[in-house]
Amino acid sequence: MAATTHLTLEEIRKGLSWRKQIDKLFIAIGLALLFGCLGILAILFFDLVRDGSSRFGWDFFTSFPSRKAENAGILSAAVGTMLIMLVTALLALPVGVAAAIYLEEYAPKNWFTGIIEINVTNLAGVPSIIYGLLALGLFVYQFNFGQSVLTAGLTLALLILPIVIVATRESLRSVPKAIREAAYGLGATRWEVTKDHVLPYSTGGILTGLILGLSRAIGETAPIITIGALSFIAFLPPSPVTGEFPFLNFEWLRSEFTAMPIQMFNWVSRPDQAFQANAAAAGAILLGMTLAMNAVAIWIRYRFRKKISW
Amino acid sequence: MNTTVDTMTANKSRQAATMQGETSAQGPATPSLSIAMEDRKASRANPAKASSEKLNFWYGSNQALKNINLVIPEHQVTALIGPSGCGKSTFLRCFNRMHDLQADTKYEGAIMLRPDNVNLVGPETDPIEVRMRIGMVFQKANPFPKSVFENVAYGLRLRGINNKTELAERVEQALRGAAIWDEVKDRLNDSALALSGGQMQRVCISRALATEPEILLFDEPTSALDPIATAKIEELITELRARVTVLIVTHNMQQAARVSDFTAFMYLGELVEVDATSKIFTNPAKKATEDYITGRYG
Repeated sequence: MAATTHLTLEEIRKGLSWRKQIDKLFIAIGLALLFGCLGILAILFFDLVRDGSSRFGWDFFTSFPSRKAENAGILSAAVGTMLIMLVTALLALPVGVAAAIYLEEYAPKNWFTGIIEINVTNLAGVPSIIYGLLALGLFVYQFNFGQSVLTAGLTLALLILPIVIVATRESLRSVPKAIREAAYGLGATRWEVTKDHVLPYSTGGILTGLILGLSRAIGETAPIITIGALSFIAFLPPSPVTGEFPFLNFEWLRSEFTAMPIQMFNWVSRPDQAFQANAAAAGAILLGMTLAMNAVAIWIRYRFRKKISW
Repeated sequence: MNTTVDTMTANKSRQAATMQGETSAQGPATPSLSIAMEDRKASRANPAKASSEKLNFWYGSNQALKNINLVIPEHQVTALIGPSGCGKSTFLRCFNRMHDLQADTKYEGAIMLRPDNVNLVGPETDPIEVRMRIGMVFQKANPFPKSVFENVAYGLRLRGINNKTELAERVEQALRGAAIWDEVKDRLNDSALALSGGQMQRVCISRALATEPEILLFDEPTSALDPIATAKIEELITELRARVTVLIVTHNMQQAARVSDFTAFMYLGELVEVDATSKIFTNPAKKATEDYITGRYG
């Protein structure tokens, strides 16, 4: 009788059960690592909340910094952070998206655009303090924007530009070739294809990229300290909205500011133990802001995914 | 009855004889009286809508089309068949300059569009102008992720039509033209992605028809569809010939036999043979055509 090479049923079952064990082992390792990471984040967060618990309250949000820890609040820091984020988003979004569209849709593929692409990716790895130094020299001294909300917004916008550009390109690239061909086939110009199809269909990815960039920027301390943010500010920037015509006011852009991480840094470096609780409470709020922004990013992505499926 | 069919076939054959090799931009050459008469007879029935003249095409240094001479008769369905990689889709995509979207491609020769003798692949011709005159339906239905209405209206909007009544009218007309109006008339504002594969492809046909192209190109339009949806599209294509000149690439020889008036067989970037479909499928002139049709390769 000729030797047969196929396995007996017992052999198949034995081999299979061993291979399934390996499968389970991998799942176990993966889950352990995942919960490990989440656990560290959770411990951090709860530690901050516990240390700062005595300070949570309406007063903490509506008070300016003070020499007395129990009177101090984060009003100027929170408002400063929000205004800076607004400037950052308004600058980084159009510039980043336009750069990404050019690189992805228009630029010829040659050595020059190759160099630009490599540089954009590398910029994402430049230490943030370098951006701070650049901003100090360029925006503060050269352009005389002062140590203002505008300067901080510009600096952080530069910092997150690579993130926005890379995310936008990724998103533009995910629009199938077939859709572009359909639009070109009807006689659309390149700009019409971009504006009517590619951009609208990649909005979800672009906004997600922007928000992830902003959630990095919101915690940046080094560049803001470098450009000279004040740590003790007992006033708010002028309101952007006024009662008189033209109802908008851009004075706030030139206003001095402080921001959440600066406020935290200031409190942490004080010897008085009571300020540590303030720092912890501000930290918990900052972390909450970041998580909330990420949640919005996930929600946006989900909504756009649901509407468009290729 | 039989006689009529035979006469029709014979007419087509005679016309086909003029399809290959006509290169003059000024209409048929007249080497002898009898051929000229034949040409005139053929052109009275179906004048040429376009003719490819010594067309060569390169992807980089790889020549994909070699000296293609083919006349596309007006208001007829011309099918391009041949094994994978023979250049039939490449040839089709020359007609609306789709290759221009890719870097490093080169055309040589001409595809003259009649009657105004514009060279579709000429460097002086704007590809967008070409695409506004020549519509295309792709292999896989590719509706925009927008409503059915907006899909069909898009080409019209590009042409500056924004009047609501006119848009609605022309969208309905186009959807009726693609035999899908009754199925989608209550779902015009639903996403086109919610339709079935066959319906999506007919919406794509409507989208191309709405702009009233002079030639409609089909690139294996049914290769992703089930037999019932395929039958509907095939029926539609045969009806479309009254409105538009059709050029279709197909992998399916039965489909070519069913829908087309003329069939061109391509192999390795060359046009091997073109004739009336009935002639190609019953009595091809070239051995290679016969081998392909009888399934000996491909």
